[in-house]
Amino acid sequence: MADEPLVLGIETSCDETGVGVVRGTTLLADAIASSVDEHARFGGVVPEVASRAHLEAMVPTIERALKEAGVSARDLDGIAVTAGPGLAGALLVGVSAAKAYAYALGKPLYGVNHLASHICVDQLEHGPLPEPTMALLVSGGHSSLLLAPDITSDVRPLGATIDDAAGEAFDKIARVLQLGFPGGPVIDRLAREGDPKAINFPRGLSGPRDAAYDFSFSGLKTSVARWIEAKRKAGEEVPVRDVAASFQEAVVDVLTRKAVRACKDEGVDHLMIGGGVAANSRLRALAQERCDAAGIILRVPRPGLCTDNGAMVAALGAEMVKRNRPASDWDLSADSSLPVTDPHVPGTRSQGHEHEHEQQHGHSHSHDHVHELSKDNLYS
Amino acid sequence: MLLLAVDTATPAVTVALYDGESVLAESNQVDARRHGELLLPSVDKVLAEAGRSLDAVTGIVVGVGPGPYTGLRVGLVTAATFASVLGVPVHGLCTLDGLAYAARSAGIEGPFAVATDARRKEVYWARYDDPRTRTTEPAVDRPAEIAERLAGLPVVGAGALLYPDHFPDARGPEHQSAGALAALAAERLAAGAEFLPPTPLYLRRPDAEVPKNYKVVTPQ
Ligand SMILES: [Zn+2]
Repeated sequence: MADEPLVLGIETSCDETGVGVVRGTTLLADAIASSVDEHARFGGVVPEVASRAHLEAMVPTIERALKEAGVSARDLDGIAVTAGPGLAGALLVGVSAAKAYAYALGKPLYGVNHLASHICVDQLEHGPLPEPTMALLVSGGHSSLLLAPDITSDVRPLGATIDDAAGEAFDKIARVLQLGFPGGPVIDRLAREGDPKAINFPRGLSGPRDAAYDFSFSGLKTSVARWIEAKRKAGEEVPVRDVAASFQEAVVDVLTRKAVRACKDEGVDHLMIGGGVAANSRLRALAQERCDAAGIILRVPRPGLCTDNGAMVAALGAEMVKRNRPASDWDLSADSSLPVTDPHVPGTRSQGHEHEHEQQHGHSHSHDHVHELSKDNLYS
Repeated sequence: MLLLAVDTATPAVTVALYDGESVLAESNQVDARRHGELLLPSVDKVLAEAGRSLDAVTGIVVGVGPGPYTGLRVGLVTAATFASVLGVPVHGLCTLDGLAYAARSAGIEGPFAVATDARRKEVYWARYDDPRTRTTEPAVDRPAEIAERLAGLPVVGAGALLYPDHFPDARGPEHQSAGALAALAAERLAAGAEFLPPTPLYLRRPDAEVPKNYKVVTPQ
């Protein structure tokens, strides 16, 4: 136990300032400061507001995490930080803090990928990840199906959303229904009292000739909005609970169907679901049902570990240390479009042990993945 | 005394190590878009050049702006993090004060002003009676709006040099120097003067609007 790597992780890719401390696959602390309330009146995350909040919260959150973990900073084996993808200005605060922290302590720095961290966090809940792991990541910023033979060096994108992220669709429908921001939790709650079969909303990209693992939620969003507007125009009351349940069913039906299909096609017997939308109770229930029927073992971390947090970054950092991956350099950049195929950003100057890996998966990959954080603002 | 000074509030990424009498080492790079990449390697280089380790530093000096948002935060969060690990104080100074102090070397003694580039056709500026005495709060304005008030005064800094029509007596130094900032901090420490907290002077609100009413998607 004691010789497992002790790592502190910093996450600032969106609106949560997260700092976690992990020893191997054991969670020691998970400190969070959120600016979500400051964004609520804008109906979406405002990048500059998030960056300002990160700067204020950064050092106090690091200090709180260390105190909570009951460890001394001098005993850390490394500092991990989200290098991307995410909001550029927000990432920059975390990356700068992590560098200063690592440098002042004389510890190695690991710039890691936010999406790979979302997968790796499950090690803190359910132990080491099976290899390969199939992962469905769903949140306000991402909707991806990823196959990870090795979470520290080999993550392959199978599919992603071609328009809105799943969580974004929840936020937008909540707005049409005037339920406030963020939309996920309130729709989940109302849907429990509604009929998921009341309205048959479209299942995006589910035709026989559609991309098997890609997602689309924009058409669904428009369809739901039109249905509500038609009711309002006709002077009828909108059955909010039924709309919420039917909309949510359309989203989780597609997500779980495609994820289970990917597992079967690739011969993978484990499915991991992460990201903020993984906290959705209907997604968890339907995924469980379909995985059971298909003989697949489902792994979903507790909701607090599904949303953005520092523990997930520490979890991936600990795995990097354990597997002797090369540390990052002091000129590490915050890369808002870091490809999912780069689980971390190895330095070019440090003495690595992974030359063979770098040749295979380094920067030869084109950056043709779907960028996970939607570029258009969420309040249009 | 060993002060580490950093300032990333302007296009310059500047770092200096100051021992109370002289600048032991200094690094200056001008690249408005790479503050995040350049700062830590500069700190490393400055310490190596001076042959000192970070543990020997007794205080951190940081320029708190005013400055365009993104780069400004790099220096501030780095200073705050160093201070937290080392258990030493952070001394915040107005970035314009550093430029004003450096103007001594350009032979300026009497009243003058300092202006840095605020982008969006504006400058951050303040007035000084002498290189140590600021007489106005830092502000952000269009050059045309303040040209009359500063008429006849030398104006120091990139914000002045960018707009020679409005600031006919524009002068160097063009860029912030952490060495000057550190020397000013040492002088103030000796005099028991106050410092600013290490929080940014943005002088602008975030560009964000509360959305108007929900946009109907049904064709009208
Ligand atoms: Zn995320």
